[in-house]
Amino acid sequence: MSDIKPRDAAAVAAAYEAEAADVHGDVSVDELALSAELTGADASATASDDVAAYALRLGDDALILSQRLGWWISRAPELEEDMALGNIALDLLGHARSLLHYAGTASGRSEDDLAYWRDEHEFRCAWLFEQPNGDFAHTIARGLIAATWMQELYTALSQSTDATLAAIAAKAVKEVAYHRDHAVQWTLRLAGGTDESRRRMLVALADLWPYTDELFRDDALHDRLEGVAPRPSSLRAGFDEVWDAVLAEAGIVESDFVHPRIGQSSGGGRHGNHSTHLGPMLAEMQVLARRHPGATW
Amino acid sequence: MSTPGDVAGEGWPLYEVFVRANRGLSHVHVGSLHAPDDDMALRNARDLYTRRNEGVSVWVVRSSAITTSDPDQKGAFFESPAGKNYRHAKYYEKSAEVPHL
Amino acid sequence: METESTMTLTAPDASARIDAEQEAELQARFDALIEADQRIEPRDWMPDAYRKTLIRQISQHAHSEIIGMQPEGNWISRAPSLKRKAILMAKVQDEAGHGLYLYSAAQTLGISRDEMTEQLITSRARYSSIFNYPTPTWADMGAIGWLVDGAAICNQVPLCRASYGPYGRAMVRICKEESFHQRQGFEILLELSQGTPEQHAMAQESVDRWYWPALMMFGPPDDESPNSAQSMAWKIKRFSNDELRQRFVGMLVPQAEVLGLTLPDPNLRWNEERQAWDMSEIDWTEFNEVLAGRGPANAQRIQHRRDAHEEGAWVREAAAAYAEKQAARERVAA
Repeated sequence: MSDIKPRDAAAVAAAYEAEAADVHGDVSVDELALSAELTGADASATASDDVAAYALRLGDDALILSQRLGWWISRAPELEEDMALGNIALDLLGHARSLLHYAGTASGRSEDDLAYWRDEHEFRCAWLFEQPNGDFAHTIARGLIAATWMQELYTALSQSTDATLAAIAAKAVKEVAYHRDHAVQWTLRLAGGTDESRRRMLVALADLWPYTDELFRDDALHDRLEGVAPRPSSLRAGFDEVWDAVLAEAGIVESDFVHPRIGQSSGGGRHGNHSTHLGPMLAEMQVLARRHPGATW
Repeated sequence: MSTPGDVAGEGWPLYEVFVRANRGLSHVHVGSLHAPDDDMALRNARDLYTRRNEGVSVWVVRSSAITTSDPDQKGAFFESPAGKNYRHAKYYEKSAEVPHL
Repeated sequence: METESTMTLTAPDASARIDAEQEAELQARFDALIEADQRIEPRDWMPDAYRKTLIRQISQHAHSEIIGMQPEGNWISRAPSLKRKAILMAKVQDEAGHGLYLYSAAQTLGISRDEMTEQLITSRARYSSIFNYPTPTWADMGAIGWLVDGAAICNQVPLCRASYGPYGRAMVRICKEESFHQRQGFEILLELSQGTPEQHAMAQESVDRWYWPALMMFGPPDDESPNSAQSMAWKIKRFSNDELRQRFVGMLVPQAEVLGLTLPDPNLRWNEERQAWDMSEIDWTEFNEVLAGRGPANAQRIQHRRDAHEEGAWVREAAAAYAEKQAARERVAA
């Protein structure tokens, strides 16, 4: 090897790799169809204003939850869990990009225009997704509500008459099923682990449960999107069925965490009224992009 | 003798991971990880070892549950096949020129 | 670092007392395997010093991957486009994965992950000092990928052929994934370099800061590197520090031209006579400061790891308790 000139090092590296792969069995990487990065993006469909408004809601939900989960990478309770939460955050970011890309087609804006150049009151995410990570139990409780709802949503949306939304939902539903499984597994372990973990899980459910109702609220947009978007209220029965089964397996009854004196959150996220948590989060997310208007990255 | 790496008393036990890269291939050992139980081990294996589409099937097994041969016994353990060349097709030279054999 | 549990596997059975004659025979077999470029596998007899060297090197390497998540993790929340955010998140997550592959390889030598983690969070283990530098700008995401990961790849590719089987196999997997890391870093710098004047300046400033630390990643010059010779004889290490450093610089020069950025060394030029790159003297005092744990972010990096470990304790305990209860339930049912 010593006769090889320094500039040929890349070739040497490739040769080693090939040899090593030969000996140890190939590790398959780089075989992704890169065009699949944004689901539905190749369809070059343009969303109507109403469809765009709807896609924006779902895109913001996914983006904000992904932004929250990204914090855990390097901070999870065990390295294996860094991997798991990272995968979930990446899936959600993928959904967000597809949905925001589609939403932007109505107004000639890119996914980044929408993510980085809208202010707080222009975001359309529900309050659940804005809630802080809290401890691991809070992240799991939020994830359980979110993924259970998303699975009902994307299952229904995959039948949409809008081909782009249907395609995005068809991919997302499989990923969200795994997110729900992840949240269920951890809910069972925290609820059935130690006294401490059970206490924390119940506190987390109590803190996050009030943000559930907002997800199932119908409004005028849904009236106009009959056949394109499922009515949120129509997703409730499916959600409750799964939810009740998970709680039963975890040995939790609602009275353990639903406090009669705490009402539902006002939850005006779909119309731009947000909890106090969103503003600081957006300030952080957007700071660099906004310092360089017109720049590409 | 169990597999190398199993250390008693760890918070979460060690699991060995085997991945089938494609239909038609065997599961191949790819490494290990820690998990509190079998169910989580399978999920952790999916998250760690199949991030780039590397597999269509995953096996996990507690490292402590694997029994291995002892390399120090290598001589005795693997000596027998040596000297039994007649188990290999190329031992039979007279048929070399005969088609389809 | 070399504690009791490291040693237990040398003599798995109490009965297997190895006398001097047997040991000489085992040593001869080991030497023959190394000589023949065969791999040493976990249950094979190996000299204690070989085992210790490997445990130290592999665990340091694993710690470096895990600590290395932090300087870049710092920018996940602020990545300037969603595509860059996805790439960066995937990259930092890969580093956790690489740490896990390597811990898994080290564990085959008889040291537990718990023990390695303990060594890391109590500052008794080393990791690559490059990760003690801060990442004040977005361009650092590019410079880390291009220079730090680039240097790491130069160091690591030969390790795919390291004589210890599990280490070599982990490195094959890691090297394949790392090539994406270096390319994405190059691409970040290229975008910045060809972008607005502010972006270009950001890229150049970052390359100026990371160039020398990246060259230091190859370690001290050969004549001052005490452990290298033994590691090369054992075929754990395959090229000397200076050979690899030369090779790396040779790759950087044309790449920097494509980037439109300059490498911050006025004396850097190809010496036809020596068939090597002439370069300025490396300031090793800084390297030694950082190595001694007095780098800008050393305490912060360890604290971050310790916090994650301690704050996650109740979760790990909960999962272990749940597994225990489930197992007990199954025993009753059976």
